[in-house]
Amino acid sequence: MTIAGRRVPFTACIGGVIVLLTVVMILFAPWIAPYQQTKIVGGVWDPPNAHTWLGTDSIGRDMLSRLIYGGRTSVSIALIATFFTMVIGVGLGFLAASTNKVVDNILSRIVDILLAMPILIFGLMVFAVLGTSIPIMIATISILESTRVFRLARAVAMSITVMDYVQVARLRGEGVGWIILREVLPNAVPPLVAEFGLRFCFTFLFIASLSFLGLGIQPPAADWGSMVHDNAQAISFGGYAPLYPAAAIAIVTIGVNLIVDWLLSIHAMPAGASAGAEV
Amino acid sequence: MSEDLLLQIRGLRIEASNGQVLTDGIDLDLHRGEVLGLIGESGAGKSTLGLAPLVYARPGCSITGGEILLAGRDIRKLDTNERRGLRGVRVAYVAQSAASAFNPSMTLMAQVCEGPVRHGLMGRREAEARAVELFAALDLPNPQTFGARYPHEASGGQLQRAMAAMAMSCQPDLLVLDEPTTALDVTTQIEVLAKLRELIREYRTAALYVTHDLSVVAQIADRIMVLRHGRMVETGATEQILMTPREPYTTALVSERRAAMQGHGVAEAARRETVLAVQDVTVTFGPVKAVSEVAFTVSRGETVAVVGESGSGKSTLAYAAVGQLLPAAGSFRFGRDLLPPSYKARSREQRQRIQLIYQLPDIALNPRQKIGMILGRPVAFFDRVSGAAVGTRVAELLTLVGLPADFVERFPGQLSGGQKQRICIARALAARPALVICDEVTSALDPLVAEEILKLLKELQDDLGVSYLFITHDLGTVKRIAHRVVVMLKGQMVAEGPTAEIFENPPDDYTRKLLLSVPEMRTDWLDEALARREIWRAGPTPALA
Repeated sequence: MTIAGRRVPFTACIGGVIVLLTVVMILFAPWIAPYQQTKIVGGVWDPPNAHTWLGTDSIGRDMLSRLIYGGRTSVSIALIATFFTMVIGVGLGFLAASTNKVVDNILSRIVDILLAMPILIFGLMVFAVLGTSIPIMIATISILESTRVFRLARAVAMSITVMDYVQVARLRGEGVGWIILREVLPNAVPPLVAEFGLRFCFTFLFIASLSFLGLGIQPPAADWGSMVHDNAQAISFGGYAPLYPAAAIAIVTIGVNLIVDWLLSIHAMPAGASAGAEV
Repeated sequence: MSEDLLLQIRGLRIEASNGQVLTDGIDLDLHRGEVLGLIGESGAGKSTLGLAPLVYARPGCSITGGEILLAGRDIRKLDTNERRGLRGVRVAYVAQSAASAFNPSMTLMAQVCEGPVRHGLMGRREAEARAVELFAALDLPNPQTFGARYPHEASGGQLQRAMAAMAMSCQPDLLVLDEPTTALDVTTQIEVLAKLRELIREYRTAALYVTHDLSVVAQIADRIMVLRHGRMVETGATEQILMTPREPYTTALVSERRAAMQGHGVAEAARRETVLAVQDVTVTFGPVKAVSEVAFTVSRGETVAVVGESGSGKSTLAYAAVGQLLPAAGSFRFGRDLLPPSYKARSREQRQRIQLIYQLPDIALNPRQKIGMILGRPVAFFDRVSGAAVGTRVAELLTLVGLPADFVERFPGQLSGGQKQRICIARALAARPALVICDEVTSALDPLVAEEILKLLKELQDDLGVSYLFITHDLGTVKRIAHRVVVMLKGQMVAEGPTAEIFENPPDDYTRKLLLSVPEMRTDWLDEALARREIWRAGPTPALA
């Protein structure tokens, strides 16, 4: 298979299939799921059977249905958080690289302070003070994760702002807005797309960890992290229940990662390789 | 004679992985002790062909057809181990940029000895003794201790000679020299060239000399092969190619070089009002004075060339003139007005009237903007127009620089090097400048393309009356375009005046040395130049002074 004249490696195809299936799953959850996510349909930790394909959970709800609905929550919150992460990180990163040293220093030092604190501990602190709700969670994750994106975006923009075409625009007297949006951003898209994928994985895992700790998405809404938490006890009785949501988390993360790897490998090709190919 | 035949290439075909054919149907014979010059512009496949005797193709390329016989044996059939034994031992390679070809974390001695020691030809001690011999033969300073230096402790010319020593360390049968002097200054080039030639003659090594410069190859090659688009255009003895080229392409190459050699600049009409006055400008980088108290003027409709070797501060001066760098002392005057040092403090009018064209069009054009946008933005910005008026002006600019109007839909990546530079010129003109500063605008281009660009710049000057401040290291360019010339050495201005005057009567030693070092397209130039230099180096006799 080829996209835009490039051969797509096998691993990226697997990643693509996983991501595609996940997207279909979360978009059409109500039509795909056999039961309501909160409906009790069997006993506690029933093993897989003809009615409930993956068995039931700690209070007898259908595991497969909860998995499908849970994916909806986990993935969409991670997507929204990642989106804001990128907007904040890229925006400030580009600003630091395109304006002057004072702005750069102030922003970079603030980021350094935030980076100095482990993200999970800091998150726990914020939730302890402000309580847990989805908007607060998204805001906290976006701000904390954006420090990582800031670093990358700043470095990428730095390597672009030294190009002569940016100098041309500056000497013409263009403002910061034009420099960032028209000169820098279009050339920074490939690494930033890859970063989006990578950040999504981290955010996704972070949300899962928070839910597992009971700080994330609150019941009765299903989500994969809290499903692992709720069903963890089943392991002691030889049940598989917590493994399904855990596997779902792993598969989505790996799927996105496979695509990111491919995107990064394209970006790692020598500069001008695409230009040269057209001659 | 037949046992003398070292390298035989028959029907060589090299392809890139995307199916592009890099060289096709190349036949080549090389005898022991013979030097063959491979000439061509970029993309002609000369470097690709040069690597073939090492049975090596750059990543993404592969040798797909033909035979490469080294002393009668088809080396394409060798396995990986045998190829490794061949490379460096029987066929050695000298890369274009020695500065980036050496490992910065190893001493030069360690790198020169690596070949013979790793291939098991000599013991470490023997190899080192031989390296010292080679250093001495190549006229490197203190051959006994030179090897203890790290690459950053040697100059560009020294590194290039150390690279030659590295290549010669295994006494190869064949030496592949890939543009070994292109990255060097002219005054350094002459020494490296002389030493390379001596070395090749002394060891009777055969050599493939890859270059784009006919005057350089004239000094060293016995025969020349002209390549274009991966095919051979013409091959013959050096004299024959230079004096009586048969193919039109070769003729064009030769006459372009001839034109560069002749003439003594553009005759200067009476100087008109001053456009730019450089007043005792000094630019420092920390403790280093990059430009030191330089002063000259550029008048309307005139071309002033600033000539100097790398590190002479000529580009720094250009950046200071546009306000990108701040001078430590001195100032620039534009017309009657004093220019604020930083571009940020300059008025729109001032920014508009002085335009800069960069050396590398590849990084001077935003690869994600269409030509229509690249040219349209300055038009809209400076002319304060919008809509159809922008389109009309962009079409006008494209016509002015000799490009079709439908280029507006293209991205820079879809253009050739010369076309990109034309776009850069058009962008500068979009601002309706009084002065255009050209920073080495032709040095990244092939000679024939560069000639076209120079012609275009000249025509534009006649039509629009713009002045040029032409930053260059190439004296051929100066001769063809400049009314006046400023010679710079290590940040100092050593000579200034009308081009013809400076060229006929160099007022100082450095300028004379510079002029003497420009290779001419004759086979006997190098010997003559070396002799002249000896005399000159001995110093002016008191009687003459």
